[in-house]
Amino acid sequence: MAVKTGNYTYLLENTPSVLSFGAVGSKKESEGPLGQYFDVINPDSTFGENSWEKAESKMVQISVEKALSKGHFEPEQIDMAFAGDLLNQCIGSVYGLRDLGIPFVGLYGACSTMAESLALAALFVDTAIAKRALAVTSSHFCSAERQFRFPLEYGGQRPPTSQWTVTGSGACVVGESDTAPYVRAVTIGCIEDLGIKDANNMGAAMAPAAAKTIARYLADTRTRPEDYDLILTGDLGQVGSALLEQLLEQEKIHLQGRHQDCGLLIYDRQQQDVHAGGSGCGCAASVLCSFILPKIRKGTLGDVLFVATGALMSPTSSMQGESIPGVAHLVHLSSSRRRKGVE
Amino acid sequence: MSPTPREYNKMSEKAAPNSKLWKNVGMAFLVGGLICTIGQGILSWTQWLGLSQEEGGAVTSIALIFLSALLTGLNRYDDLAKHAGAGTLVPITGFANSMVSPALEFKREGLILGVGAKMFSIAGPVILYGISASVLYGLIIALFH
Amino acid sequence: MEWVITFGKAFLVGGLLCAIGQIFIDKTKLTPARILVGYVVMGVLLSALGVYGPLVSFAGAGATVPLTGFGHLLATGVQKAVAERGLLGALTGGLTAAAAGITAAMIFGLLTALLFTPGDKS
Repeated sequence: MAVKTGNYTYLLENTPSVLSFGAVGSKKESEGPLGQYFDVINPDSTFGENSWEKAESKMVQISVEKALSKGHFEPEQIDMAFAGDLLNQCIGSVYGLRDLGIPFVGLYGACSTMAESLALAALFVDTAIAKRALAVTSSHFCSAERQFRFPLEYGGQRPPTSQWTVTGSGACVVGESDTAPYVRAVTIGCIEDLGIKDANNMGAAMAPAAAKTIARYLADTRTRPEDYDLILTGDLGQVGSALLEQLLEQEKIHLQGRHQDCGLLIYDRQQQDVHAGGSGCGCAASVLCSFILPKIRKGTLGDVLFVATGALMSPTSSMQGESIPGVAHLVHLSSSRRRKGVE
Repeated sequence: MSPTPREYNKMSEKAAPNSKLWKNVGMAFLVGGLICTIGQGILSWTQWLGLSQEEGGAVTSIALIFLSALLTGLNRYDDLAKHAGAGTLVPITGFANSMVSPALEFKREGLILGVGAKMFSIAGPVILYGISASVLYGLIIALFH
Repeated sequence: MEWVITFGKAFLVGGLLCAIGQIFIDKTKLTPARILVGYVVMGVLLSALGVYGPLVSFAGAGATVPLTGFGHLLATGVQKAVAERGLLGALTGGLTAAAAGITAAMIFGLLTALLFTPGDKS
């Protein structure tokens, strides 16, 4: 049963497992350094659909099907689905899960949604409310561009701080099992806003939330960065990653090369013209489900803090000149059930 | 111990990479200049055909707008604009692209509220404030001359 | 030789007007739509002040193709209409002069939307 420790963190005493997982991407993702690890790559980013929104839903459907089939599950065996994406009213998730008949909880945490959904799925399983729960998120470059920025054919120039929305989806099935990766703890983040208004610099808007959540988790669990093999943020990109390390330095927390960012892992920034790196719900989700979880399962990665960050603005709030609030949720994933850090 | 918004703004400005200003300005100059030179070619040709200055100007605009619409439809204008920046934004071709691209993009939302309404989402303000400024100017000369 | 000078002037002035726009893009947080609005209004203003007319005679398409030229077109249209029709001309002059450009953009926009399909960026 989950127990609260400190002010923000829940220790999952039954350590639920990520039973199976699937990752989907498209052409640009396949050309990046992690291309070979994806379960499904469709170089046609329409995924055979006639709108970008439907293409995104198709990716959700494919990643869920992959996660289910890899674990030999039927949709009826899943008690609850936690899902969300960037589109208005989360239509990517809704239409993607429409035909599966799984009880559905729609979430909006912007790009933090993978950690949010995974945390909730793990909490539901740990407290035995659900036997198996599904966590899935997605993003699509084209559907995000047309909703948040400009039409795709519009001739605009992206500033160097801007990030490239990942066309991808990742899905995890969480349940009780004796196989790694285990979910050991979760920290639900608070909304943090240090006044960044530039929608082309989301990394800077989200970094304070990531710093706060990491610091709170470490304080709550009385552990240090050295107790973990990897502290993996969602999509801070180059600018946000630099700011995160500076913010934590101010709190006397030194990440010492243990920090990586999904937005920097998924693309080759020298070759792929993505400016400050990848972003989107699908960024953290697909990197986690393609590259990180298999390593934890094999044991090549021991303890990982997965900290997905979200920028919680909308086109309306941006137009009204509001600053961009950020949020970050943390999931402690581990290859073993026993805590090796200081209790 | 978290920084104030003002301190953080400074931190984030420092962390942001600078855009390559001189390269961008050079590209904008080159491509923008080239589009104007193409325009001059069309203008000179219309004058050689015997069209008036006014008619020639209109034909030049129409021809450039056509080329921009075609490149936009072929998904090429944005590739050019990525490098040219203001070089493809400031000429009349950029204005055309700002009308054609949303019309094309929002085709899926239907002919009325998609193509019809979204066509003016970027160009609308340009037309509105251009016309408004001209009306203001017209009022001034009508009343004071 | 004369045409080299004509084209050279168009290239130079057109290029310069675009280069100024690029400085706005890189050095300010102005969105492209704001920059375009600024250019058109600036064109009306400069034309009203009698600065833009001589620039057009000097650079030809180098001054008329950038969006400041669109503003100049609106201003000269209004000038002419007010001279012909008085106060009513203030309302009709701008749009009449700009009719070809705006209508062309609308029609080619509509045709493009009907004939082509939107594509992904690479």
